[in-house]
Amino acid sequence: MMVLSSSDGVTRRTVGSVRIGRIAGLLAGILLLAGLVAASLLFGHRVISMQAALSAIFSYNGSSVDDIIVIYSRLPRTLASVLAGAAFGVAGALIQASTRNPLADPGVLGVNAGSAFFVTLAVGFAGWQSIHAYVWASLVGAFIVSLIVSVFASAGRGGVSNVRLVLTGVGISAVLGGIGSSITLLDPVAFNAMRAWAIGSPAGATMEVVKTISPIILAGLVCSCSIASSLNITALGDDLSRTLGANALHIRIVVIISVTLLAGAGTAAVGPVGFVGLMVPHAVRWLIGADQRWILALTIIYAPILMLGADILGRLVLYPGELEAGILTALIGAPVLILLARRRGARGL
Amino acid sequence: MTKGVSTGDRPVHAIKAVGILAGRVSFRVPRREAIVSGLLAAMSLLIALGVLFSGRYPISVAEAMNAVIGKGDPMFGVVLIEWRLPRVALAFLLGACLGMSGAIFQSLTRNPLGSPDIIGFSAGSYTGALVVILLFSGGYYETAAGALVGGIATASLVYLLAWRRGVQGFRLIIVGIGVAAMLCAFNAWMIKEAALQVAMSAAIWGAGSLNGLGVEQLIPMMLAAAILVPATLFFSRPLRQMEMGDDVAHASGVDVNRARLILMTLGVALTAIVTAAAGPISFIALVAPQIARRLGKSSGPMLGTSGLMGGLLLLIADWAAQHAFGVQLPVGVMTVSIGGLYFLFLLLREGRK
Repeated sequence: MMVLSSSDGVTRRTVGSVRIGRIAGLLAGILLLAGLVAASLLFGHRVISMQAALSAIFSYNGSSVDDIIVIYSRLPRTLASVLAGAAFGVAGALIQASTRNPLADPGVLGVNAGSAFFVTLAVGFAGWQSIHAYVWASLVGAFIVSLIVSVFASAGRGGVSNVRLVLTGVGISAVLGGIGSSITLLDPVAFNAMRAWAIGSPAGATMEVVKTISPIILAGLVCSCSIASSLNITALGDDLSRTLGANALHIRIVVIISVTLLAGAGTAAVGPVGFVGLMVPHAVRWLIGADQRWILALTIIYAPILMLGADILGRLVLYPGELEAGILTALIGAPVLILLARRRGARGL
Repeated sequence: MTKGVSTGDRPVHAIKAVGILAGRVSFRVPRREAIVSGLLAAMSLLIALGVLFSGRYPISVAEAMNAVIGKGDPMFGVVLIEWRLPRVALAFLLGACLGMSGAIFQSLTRNPLGSPDIIGFSAGSYTGALVVILLFSGGYYETAAGALVGGIATASLVYLLAWRRGVQGFRLIIVGIGVAAMLCAFNAWMIKEAALQVAMSAAIWGAGSLNGLGVEQLIPMMLAAAILVPATLFFSRPLRQMEMGDDVAHASGVDVNRARLILMTLGVALTAIVTAAAGPISFIALVAPQIARRLGKSSGPMLGTSGLMGGLLLLIADWAAQHAFGVQLPVGVMTVSIGGLYFLFLLLREGRK
């Protein structure tokens, strides 16, 4: 791996210093995440003191406004951000590794749009508004689009080109968005419900949402970690990985299941937030080198950092109003995509 | 040379060709392309007549003839000439502009998936229109101007961001997707912040719709097309060489970057006038040149045929949007669903090769 990943600058360092760097990255990430979780509980339209936040969590009695804000708004919002962030990040890392496509991400490839479309169907036709309906619809949508993308990715003999895979995502998003808007444009109630949700923000998350999605996301994370070392072999290319005994079908099935669980549950909780899964695995790979086990581990820490950071920043930039996290991730993430495309040697993309 | 000027010192590839002599300039069109173009024009005319005489208020041909010569119920004349005819003409004209614009982009990016949508034009024009509708509560013409400014600014931005000692197709596509993603986020936020009624009408504009358009839009549209379409046909001469690669084109005497800039400007202008008139109608620009190429069995840019194909497609799509589901849908919803599916089919077929 070390020798092959010459572009990462890892080759020049010794294996020992790489390991120390990785562990340091993990610890720094955990500290940063803890700090952001605390900040997320404290900052917002009403700033809450550390003491009040702690007393709200550990000795809640519902008597003060701070108690209620922390327990019913800030805490579920923070947890939903962390869970959904990890879900989007790991889903992105999995897709990038399994398709060997640096531009992949559940948002770019249309998986989030699939979830959003089925949620639109659930809201528009059935009038369902509960989180359970959102979760099921979202999982179905994520599964169908993951499957379609997977078919496209395996269509070519020499593997599909990266631009083509991205365009597949654009096409899927466009079709689903078009049909979705033919439903919402005729139904003001559905339009009103979807226009807020479609941006993507953890602001409206409740404890029920967190409870519903956490087992699904944990299952997705466990699935993903189970194939982390196989993905290292996939990175070597189809021929070499077959020679080394990797079971391509097994890997693909696990990737589809994991991406469905992660992107589906994440989208149901906070809406279709894009670019988290694109940026974080890239940043992590750039920091610690191309070992999928470490990329996944650090993505689980750093993707929630990005998501939570975007959410907190969104509460501050338009204070006393709020800017949705989904807008901030797009505003930060799209330039990253552009930079990746402009990078020297990106011709092979 | 598909629609190129045939001069003595330049080889003309089309053996069976129809020559059109106009002053010093002669266009040579391969025979198959001429036949396909003729058939497309005839089909468009038939469908246009079908649309004119169908609808909620059925009119027979005899009644129509009477109305035209000034006899019979004057209401028939109003319905036909003032309501339906401008809309049919607009649908065809807008579709034709989109088809030509798409043919230019696909030829320039040397990619069957290239279209003005790809370089962020639609997202940008929607942003411009939203700013005008929501912040300045502008009317039809202000919205059109906002859309023009937004779309052209976005397309230029994408072009500049993708520039790196020249513009490559793949970089243009990815940069376009990135810029479009940012604008879409901003658009979604504006839609969310607005009052429901205004937001919905803005969203209908954003889908692309011919509902409510008439003679007031048709005449400026015809004038704009009368300038842009001949200009496009004239400047499209180097496209054939450019499809063979920048080096070959350069060697055969084409100033590649200049030609690309002129053609891209014309392509953007063609899409811009459509967007200004009716909002971003997506996927016609992508699909029309593809079908034209298959029918014409030509590898060239086929601008004229693509234009006719685009006109035919938008005529059909607009009829379906008005009548197929019992409610008046924006035509853009039809084109994005059906065109998008065709786009995916193309991708899959390309992947199989």
